[in-house]
Amino acid sequence: MARNPRNVMRIASPVRAWTQRFTYVLLVGGAFALMMLGKTDAVLVERLRTHVTDALAPIMAAIAEPVDAVERAVENAKHLIELRSRNAELVHERDALLQWQAVARKLEAENSQLRAMLGMVPDPQTTFVTAHVVGNSAGAFVREVLIAAGARDGILKGQAALTGDGLAGRITEVGERSARVLLLTDINSRIPVLLEGARHRAILAGDNSNEPRLLYLPPGAEPMPGDRIVTSGDGGVFPAGLPIGVIGTVEEGVVTVLPFVDWDRLEYLRIVNYELAGVIAADRPVDGDAR
Amino acid sequence: MKAGFWQRLDLWARRLGPFLSALLLLLLGTIPLRLPYLGSITPDFAIMAVFFWAVHRPSSMPAPAVFLLGVISDVLGGTPFGVGVLVLLVAYWVTRSQRRLLIGQPFMVVWWGFGMVSAGALILTWLIVCLLAVQFVNPTPALFAFFLGLALYPIVTQLFTGAQRLVDGRT
Repeated sequence: MARNPRNVMRIASPVRAWTQRFTYVLLVGGAFALMMLGKTDAVLVERLRTHVTDALAPIMAAIAEPVDAVERAVENAKHLIELRSRNAELVHERDALLQWQAVARKLEAENSQLRAMLGMVPDPQTTFVTAHVVGNSAGAFVREVLIAAGARDGILKGQAALTGDGLAGRITEVGERSARVLLLTDINSRIPVLLEGARHRAILAGDNSNEPRLLYLPPGAEPMPGDRIVTSGDGGVFPAGLPIGVIGTVEEGVVTVLPFVDWDRLEYLRIVNYELAGVIAADRPVDGDAR
Repeated sequence: MKAGFWQRLDLWARRLGPFLSALLLLLLGTIPLRLPYLGSITPDFAIMAVFFWAVHRPSSMPAPAVFLLGVISDVLGGTPFGVGVLVLLVAYWVTRSQRRLLIGQPFMVVWWGFGMVSAGALILTWLIVCLLAVQFVNPTPALFAFFLGLALYPIVTQLFTGAQRLVDGRT
């Protein structure tokens, strides 16, 4: 039987279309499976993501370098122009700060004396690691950044990430040389906070906009625009008193917060290593002569 | 022997070109640009890549490659795992089925098609993210990302057309 190549084609092309469709359905099924996996086995997915970002972190750092360089050059030029006025301003500021320093020294001495009298346990030591922001995975639905420091630099999950202005977020995933910071504007971010003046406790919840909201304010609390918000230290994750922002608007029970952090200029983050005396190292010997 | 090796390398580079260009774009998309007002908004480069290749050269962007791109974009972008994969696959299928309407048309028509597909993809992503998070997610950043993506598409097209010329080049 002499085979006509056209006949073969007539059979082969539907088969090919079928295989393609089958592959497609299989892949869509795979996507759903991945979604389920992400929902049920968060640890596995997290480990996978950590490995991939760890591998890519050096490349991303290399790509980010020229961008930073250009930005720094622009910044330098701007500074040169404002040099004179800036200098005068700084001299003025320095004088004021010297006075503050004297006051702070005096208060510090007084404080330590009073603490010694009360037998108070000293606050745990805090140390900082400063890390370069190399990746901005803040898409339309996620607010996260990637930093070029990881477990080998002493970064641990849950630590607070700060800029010079205030709290930016917290470490959620740690790789060997990279880590992910969940910004406090992400929908998954919940941070226990304190209204600084009134000492009311609340939870700061992100909603993917630049203005996170305050939840669970106690009844009777009257937040006013301009009130300062700081971390409360509840839950033992963050040190208490880290500045976060000020209250922006209060409308029909919805309280928004304007964070101090400038989201457009996240270049370096300070990661606070706060030894949790109360939670983790409960039986750590207390240093000093407090007892 | 040597010519054989180089020829094979050439062949592989041509086959992988579209995928690699998409991957490069994805990596570039994660650079923290720190532009004023754009700091927290990055357009979805994966959808651009998938749309472009699905219209102009579907054979070099098969469904498994789309799947892989989705996984990488989810891992890099931090969207809930699997969401990007699903959305890209759906966008890919829609684009391929409407390919006849777009192929050979003036650029404006293709651009309009991209707008439709990427808008659909963003709405779908938004819905799934809302469902997974069980709460209302603010869609404003997504809207900005959509317009930014739309504005960037012509530039990205230039890049991909270059890649396509390179791939098709000397055949």
